[in-house]
Amino acid sequence: MTQEQGVQMTAVEINGVDKVFETRTGQVQALDSIDLTVAAGEFVSLIGPSGCGKSTLMRLVADLDEPTGGTISVFGKTPRTARLDQEYGIAFQQAGLLPWRTVAGNVALPLELHGVASAARSARVTELLDMVGLSDFADRYPDQLSGGMQQRVAIARALAEQPRLLLMDEPFGALDEMTREKMQTELVRISAETGAAVVFVTHSIPEAVFLSDRVVVMSPRPGRIQQIVPMRLGVDAQRAARTEELREERGFFEMVTAVREALHGGSPIATGARGVENR
Amino acid sequence: MSAVTAGSAQRGMSPRTETTLRIVAPIAVGLIVLGVWQFLVSVVGVSDYLLPSPASIVEELVAYWPSVVQATLLTGTNALLGLIVGSVLGIALAALAARWRGIDQMSAPVVASLAVIPIVALAPVLNSMFGADSQFGRQAIAALASFVPVFINTLRGFRQTTPVHRDLMKAYAASSGQVLRTLTLPTARPFILTGIRIASSLAVISALVAEYFGGPRGGLGGLISTSAASSAYARAWAYVVASIALGLLFYLATLGLERLLQRRAPSTTAPHRTTKGPT
Ligand SMILES: Nc1ncnc2c1ncn2[C@@H]1O[C@H](COP(=O)(O)OP(=O)(O)OP(=O)(O)O)[C@@H](O)[C@H]1O
Ligand SMILES: [Mg+2]
Repeated sequence: MTQEQGVQMTAVEINGVDKVFETRTGQVQALDSIDLTVAAGEFVSLIGPSGCGKSTLMRLVADLDEPTGGTISVFGKTPRTARLDQEYGIAFQQAGLLPWRTVAGNVALPLELHGVASAARSARVTELLDMVGLSDFADRYPDQLSGGMQQRVAIARALAEQPRLLLMDEPFGALDEMTREKMQTELVRISAETGAAVVFVTHSIPEAVFLSDRVVVMSPRPGRIQQIVPMRLGVDAQRAARTEELREERGFFEMVTAVREALHGGSPIATGARGVENR
Repeated sequence: MSAVTAGSAQRGMSPRTETTLRIVAPIAVGLIVLGVWQFLVSVVGVSDYLLPSPASIVEELVAYWPSVVQATLLTGTNALLGLIVGSVLGIALAALAARWRGIDQMSAPVVASLAVIPIVALAPVLNSMFGADSQFGRQAIAALASFVPVFINTLRGFRQTTPVHRDLMKAYAASSGQVLRTLTLPTARPFILTGIRIASSLAVISALVAEYFGGPRGGLGGLISTSAASSAYARAWAYVVASIALGLLFYLATLGLERLLQRRAPSTTAPHRTTKGPT
């Protein structure tokens, strides 16, 4: 996981991927010839209207579903091998916590399944809960937490094994604006520190701009990549240098506008169109 | 089953008053019934043949105490063995049926017929199969009666895992044993325990009624029928009282087990009687 390795390897390579769902009422083309490469350590956001296939694409990378056509490789392996080798950590659109486990028990789950010794496990869980600001809730059960707190537990769980690749499906959707910005800053820090590549689904343009190296704008029915917008946030666009001040810089707003225009296909912007938040 | 349950919660009582009421109310009802009963016999003068007075039943209970205790132990042992064997078989077979569709399809008609045939109808057959001096026939009947609700509820419980949890386990590349331990069994636990609670009453009833159809003497069922046959009605009633106590003991013991293991129940409510047992 050194920098040299990181630069050369690709984390995810998607070539001409199609996905067709067979349903009772006929076929649904969820994805149409998707090409996308995510370099190791790169932060890529997927943005697009609801139902354009963002979650589907993520599930294909995670080997939770199989593409109808095309190929995907994760660190040079098939998605299946990458999954079996535990190359990625994942946070779903729903928190998906086990209700009979405490917060600490939920975060410990992947460590437990992969045979991490008990002492090391509880040390890591303490660290993770501290990071997501839930240290005081370690012994609570998920149904005693708010939706946003549950999401944070799920994020801590996804980070537990310091994966080289993080797949995150609208992880901050249920958070309030303050916590959301704090978690974004945390995520930037974590991904910079661990050198993890991140594929991040979001509905928020500023969030995508703040976090990403590149923003992938998708269009619906069938899901296609409409445009890939590289983020040029100032001279030192090092991810570690992204701080709260960035949100108020002029370059930031220019990028927000660029993504918004891409999203609306270059046409003049109609406010509130197509289910994308402008916050 | 329990006389006073829900209902009072809606009327906004404090939890303590509610608990007190839950204990006091059935006792009060019992005392009133006993009072009316004694009144009917000693003041109105209902014949002792028709209805022995509570006092005379208590007298018989005291006079035949050693025999009552022995009979309760004998029937109780039969019921307990049957309950344990039936539950273990029910859980094991449900696990197989949940895993392999073929077993599910093969077992469905068998379980359906077991559920509709009054199992005690098998008593004379089993008694003659295993000889007149064996308790085995009765234990087998109790086991069969317990098996049905445990199997049906457990199978239902095994099917309750949610897609996001299954995806999570797949993403962690969990082995099937790990999935069973960390996901399937905890999800099914409230269903299994409900099955066992229903089975506990059925086991006692079946073990007792099976004694009416011959076989060795000395159990509660046998003594009830011989006492009644020799017109010792008060004594027959004394054994009936012991049977009720035994049934209650089984029910409360399984209810206690359920409470103990469900101290932290998932927020989804446990199922209620899904199957009516045969008698
Ligand atoms: N299992 C499935 N069976 C049939 N159709 C499906 C299935 N999963 C997804 N789809 C369809 O594929 C399309 C893309 O769905 P997907 O969940 O990937 O959208 P999304 O971009 O994540 O939307 P959102 O932003 O609302 O989460 C939708 O039209 C959806 O109806
Ligand atoms: Mg989605």
